[in-house]
Amino acid sequence: MELTTVWFLLIAVLWTGYLVLEGFDFGVGMLLGLLSRGDRATKDRDRRVMINTIGPVWDGNEVWLLTAGGATFAAFPEWYATMFSGFYLPLLLILLALIVRVVAFEWRGKIDDPRWRSLADRCLMVGSWVPAVLWGVAFGNLVRGVELDADHQYVGGFWALLNPFALLGGATTALIFLTHGAVFLALKSDGDVRVRAGAFAARASVVTLVVAGAWAVWAQLAYSVPWTWAAVVVAAGALVVLVVAAQRRKEGLAFTASAVAIVAAVVLIFGSMYPDVMPAFDPANSLTVTNASSTDYTLTVMTWVAAFLTPLVLLYQGWTYWVFRKRISADRIPDHTGLTFEKLPALSTPDK
Amino acid sequence: MDTLDVARWQFGITTVYHFIFVPLTIGLAPLVAIMQTAWVRTGNERWLRLTKFFGKLLLINFAIGVATGIVQEFQFGMAWSEYSRFVGDVFGAPLAMEALAAFFVESTFLGLWIFGWDKLPKKIHLACIWAVAIATNLSAYFILAANSWMQHPVGATFNEERGRAEMTDIGAILTNNTLLAAFPHTISAAFLTAGTFVAGIAAWWMVRLVRAGQADKARDVYRPAVVLGVIVMVISGVGVALSGDQQAKLMFEQQPTKMAAAEALCQTTSSVPFSILAIGPLGTGADCDKVTHLLEIPGALSFLATGDFSATLQGTDQLQQEYEEKFGYTDANGEPISYIPNLAVTYWGFRLMIGFALGSAALALVAFWVTRKGRVSGNVWVGRLGIAAIATPFLASSFGWIFTEMGRQPWVVAPNPNPGGVDGVWLLTARGVSTVTSTGTVLTSLIAFTLLYGVLAVFWYRLMHRYAIQGVADSEHDPSPDNPENDPDTAHERPLSFAY
Repeated sequence: MELTTVWFLLIAVLWTGYLVLEGFDFGVGMLLGLLSRGDRATKDRDRRVMINTIGPVWDGNEVWLLTAGGATFAAFPEWYATMFSGFYLPLLLILLALIVRVVAFEWRGKIDDPRWRSLADRCLMVGSWVPAVLWGVAFGNLVRGVELDADHQYVGGFWALLNPFALLGGATTALIFLTHGAVFLALKSDGDVRVRAGAFAARASVVTLVVAGAWAVWAQLAYSVPWTWAAVVVAAGALVVLVVAAQRRKEGLAFTASAVAIVAAVVLIFGSMYPDVMPAFDPANSLTVTNASSTDYTLTVMTWVAAFLTPLVLLYQGWTYWVFRKRISADRIPDHTGLTFEKLPALSTPDK
Repeated sequence: MDTLDVARWQFGITTVYHFIFVPLTIGLAPLVAIMQTAWVRTGNERWLRLTKFFGKLLLINFAIGVATGIVQEFQFGMAWSEYSRFVGDVFGAPLAMEALAAFFVESTFLGLWIFGWDKLPKKIHLACIWAVAIATNLSAYFILAANSWMQHPVGATFNEERGRAEMTDIGAILTNNTLLAAFPHTISAAFLTAGTFVAGIAAWWMVRLVRAGQADKARDVYRPAVVLGVIVMVISGVGVALSGDQQAKLMFEQQPTKMAAAEALCQTTSSVPFSILAIGPLGTGADCDKVTHLLEIPGALSFLATGDFSATLQGTDQLQQEYEEKFGYTDANGEPISYIPNLAVTYWGFRLMIGFALGSAALALVAFWVTRKGRVSGNVWVGRLGIAAIATPFLASSFGWIFTEMGRQPWVVAPNPNPGGVDGVWLLTARGVSTVTSTGTVLTSLIAFTLLYGVLAVFWYRLMHRYAIQGVADSEHDPSPDNPENDPDTAHERPLSFAY
């Protein structure tokens, strides 16, 4: 196999890792407001159960994105340059969302004050909704093709990115991540949150099946190649299994099904593009795995690095999930240990 | 302002922001690992208390370091797409390696360390923080490999047909002599930052406790932290100076315009003095001759550059001529190109870097003296110096980077002047900026990042301040499953040892 194809596949794998793993992180963040009930203290307890199901792993999950970005830069610099300068504003929104999300995770519990926590929660929700929708919009545009000029520069402008197909793609990823997050919570939490997450997944999975199914068929009929029908069929099958499993509260099966659906979606997206990495309306201007790629030497070096390190990453990330495999329930959440900005500690004898 | 100016300001602001937090993480992670190692080996709870105390500060800082770092991974493509096309074949590799080899390790094992206190055996848990500490340093190595290549490209050739640089030798890139000097310099500076941070906070607390009549606690917990901080400061301080000297020698050879500008040296002369203070219109290269040097050390610059007090060094005027002959008089728009960076920024950036580094030296000397032979100090000025010194290495790092990066202008990839160096591999910053991205778009992101980072920095400062003045908790019992009191079988029934 050509190294360019290997790297196309590897980048697809990195995106798969990102979307499967961050998919439920985003879902959990989006569900913070939807699955917490009762008075302020109970609500906060529910939210802490949810946040802590992904507490030890969300940061490692996010690195899949940075690695996908770095790998694109290394293996297909033209793709990296055109895509990120072309999709500048949507990417800016995603970055701003990811920034507030990171600090909200780490700083939420540092100050014991309801207003501080509610600010952090809003940051977590916005920081999860925005990328969940915009990644779908971005991939929708990649599948559909964009306006590139003869120098492979994106010249379509911002509003052209908001076409119906791409927007439906945004709705699709948002719904898939919501459901994926709900089944993850049902699998990883206990008590009220588990019950509510299960009920939510049962309802959301049906909507997801309809919307994601519609988008996949549209993508397949309008923009894809025959063999990706297989991905559409697998995605549809996984979504049907997801619906059934969610109704019956088969939590492990439901989670597996939503993960498989995301994998199939990535296969559909990347399968539709190949051998282009960024299809243009005028096929002559498309960026392909060949004209966007680095040299053979660079790809060889990077192949060795990736072949050695990727299995290691999977191994220790898998181990992390094993270490934190136990369900989290409200009675296992410790009391708040944060400080307050107001109160200063006094020493037994006043300072002279 | 055009897109180029806005994009440069944006990259500068976001990078300087990022590098406020980065050195503390790079240096503090190993220090926390050392503290935890001391606890695991000696069983002395003082070290557990210090580990938890500085661990909290590390985590507050780590979060914003990660948050400001995400932008950097994409900013090359967003605002500097033409640069990315030109260098991607070479520059992308260290970036991707950094993510694969370092980011994954630090993010995954930090999660294990934060949440794993009562889930992992003591030694495995300790290994997690060491993995984080090593990975943060490894990450610095890869990103400096990328940056050093921009300062001094090696292991690449220019492909005329594709109009881009192409990698020929990854080994050369990962052993670039610029990298081998920049890495120790940056890492030493990071350890100096963390050593000053630890010693400064601990010195303040030591003084406070002694004055409150709790000298025993000051001696038991904070004095060891001061001593650890001082040791780290001394070793890293020497490292900063030696590696800085090495870097300066390389710079004279490889980026003569940067060093000539840093010294406001206009004419090629021999026995060049080192300028300590200068006045005059330090602006662009054209004003160089109007600068008056007030305070100078004779021959010192020649010595620093070459090891010979009488050596001849090139001045900006001759360098400008030489570069014009080699790389052209005018740019694509017919404007004359100045190959000399902004004198004010390089001249003062260099001096402020060195000057602020002396803040740590002052604290190290004083703290070493007042803690000699088991003593503690209640002198209020020691506490004040401790607090004041904390800011200085941050400022020194920022000015050092501003000097390094602004001194590279007008190049984004500086030409390698060595004979047999890589011909054709250079790029003017003006040619690297994205061409399809409008000024308004970049201005939007510049404003958005600056405002958001500004707000976050305020919160960061308040959190760090609040947690620093809280001090160590009075009791930290061993939370690990190795502790006989913590039955591992019932671990899933107890509250989590840590939860967000």
